[in-house]
Amino acid sequence: MKALGRSLVTLAGFLLVWQAVAMLGDLPAYILPEPWAVALSLWHHSGALLHHAGVTALEIVLGMALGTLMGCASALALGYSRRARRWVLPVLIASQAVPVFAIAPLLVLWLGYGLGSKVVMAMLIIYFPVTANFYDGLRHTQRGWLDLARVMLPAPRPWAVLRHIAIPAALPALASGLRVAAAIAPIGAVIGEWVGSSAGLGYLMLHANSRMQVDLMFAALLVLAALAVGLYFLVDAGLRRLLPWHPATPDSFKSD
Amino acid sequence: MTLPQPESIFLSASLEPPLGVSLRAARLVYSGLTLFDGLDLELRAGCFTCLLGPSGIGKSSLLRLLAGLTPPGVSGELRGGDGRTLAGRVAYMAQQDLLLPWLNVLNNVTLGNRLRGEAVDRPRALRLLARVGLADAALARPDTLSGGMRQRAALARTLMEDRPVVLMDEPFSGLDALSRLRLQALAADVLAGKTVLLVTHDPLEALRLGEHILIMNGRPAALSALPDLPGAPPRDPGDPAVQAAYRAILQRLEAA
Repeated sequence: MKALGRSLVTLAGFLLVWQAVAMLGDLPAYILPEPWAVALSLWHHSGALLHHAGVTALEIVLGMALGTLMGCASALALGYSRRARRWVLPVLIASQAVPVFAIAPLLVLWLGYGLGSKVVMAMLIIYFPVTANFYDGLRHTQRGWLDLARVMLPAPRPWAVLRHIAIPAALPALASGLRVAAAIAPIGAVIGEWVGSSAGLGYLMLHANSRMQVDLMFAALLVLAALAVGLYFLVDAGLRRLLPWHPATPDSFKSD
Repeated sequence: MTLPQPESIFLSASLEPPLGVSLRAARLVYSGLTLFDGLDLELRAGCFTCLLGPSGIGKSSLLRLLAGLTPPGVSGELRGGDGRTLAGRVAYMAQQDLLLPWLNVLNNVTLGNRLRGEAVDRPRALRLLARVGLADAALARPDTLSGGMRQRAALARTLMEDRPVVLMDEPFSGLDALSRLRLQALAADVLAGKTVLLVTHDPLEALRLGEHILIMNGRPAALSALPDLPGAPPRDPGDPAVQAAYRAILQRLEAA
């Protein structure tokens, strides 16, 4: 609660500075609109903003779900099969040298201007952090637990060990990956929208920009930020509830 | 040899006869250093044996060899007293409790059942938890328990495995003095009738618990037996016979 209060004070200070710069700098409204103009635009265009925010949110959520699914499956395959590690892992790591942004035009070319290209974009951008974190967790199962399982099992049962020990033990690491994913999935969706789309907050921003409606641009940016922060908090809270035994859950918004 | 007491017969699901263990020509070379070579170890069936020795002598490696957790650089010929392999007939308890933090105490105790894909014997697990004084903590998560309670849960999990041979690697060395004394008494009680090897660097613990005490010393290390003490474990640390044996052990350890 105190942290929230402090954040609000900081935010108010930021708004004051913004207002002061806009007034004293004598900047035209199409370069830097005053905060109240943005607030007004938020109010006037609330219908359109809501509609486009819904589109972007859908892209993000679908991208998150698919990326998480793919990432988990890849991490499990890498953790379970030595062959997958030897044949796929080097390529997977090298593939990260390709900037995801550079693929965006290709995705739009292949998947069209609709939802598909943005979902795939968001999926691709979160795939690696989810895979890398989960795989890392699967590799670092506490030695003693594996020893215990080996003594308990007369004959090896790798799948049972994975299911009862290695996967649950790796869930906190997967959770770190999902937090990163929640923070960057909106980037993927908006990049996709910038390259080619007919709906979404990224589209709305480009559209407003070309018509010098800078206040609407700011309003869209604000909604996007709120969306991203909301998503992060939702994912964070959900993970905390699911992993109550894990004390090291990062408390990123607690300052002391 | 002590006969199984009625209580432990009740706790045991099967009524196998006690099983001896024999290890021949054990050898451990660790980074160019021969810790032991040509070592023979005989565990009497149904007897509580303590293996005493200074840190770094190779006690834990020897125990892991018996548990089938063959550490790198270790070799030796291991057989049960009946001439068959020991796989699946050994339970293992380490210095860390190795409780899985995402499972409650009851589910930790029944981990072996689930790893092997058997039906979970809840009534027996609850009986064992009551036996180690954790009847009220069956549904508690391990991180809410004290160190002593966690080690009791680990003891219940070890008993749940119902194996004729129990190997313990300094299981009480992380506890405070009072908890340690209580757990030693409990272990002596509930493990009666099983073939136990307890590794420790604490002479008093060996004297308190051991029906048979082996000292591991020198480099490469050799085993020597201490004359069997009068009285049944758990012995009182203040007993004159225990005190005399304590002095003898210290002399022997210093002489090496």
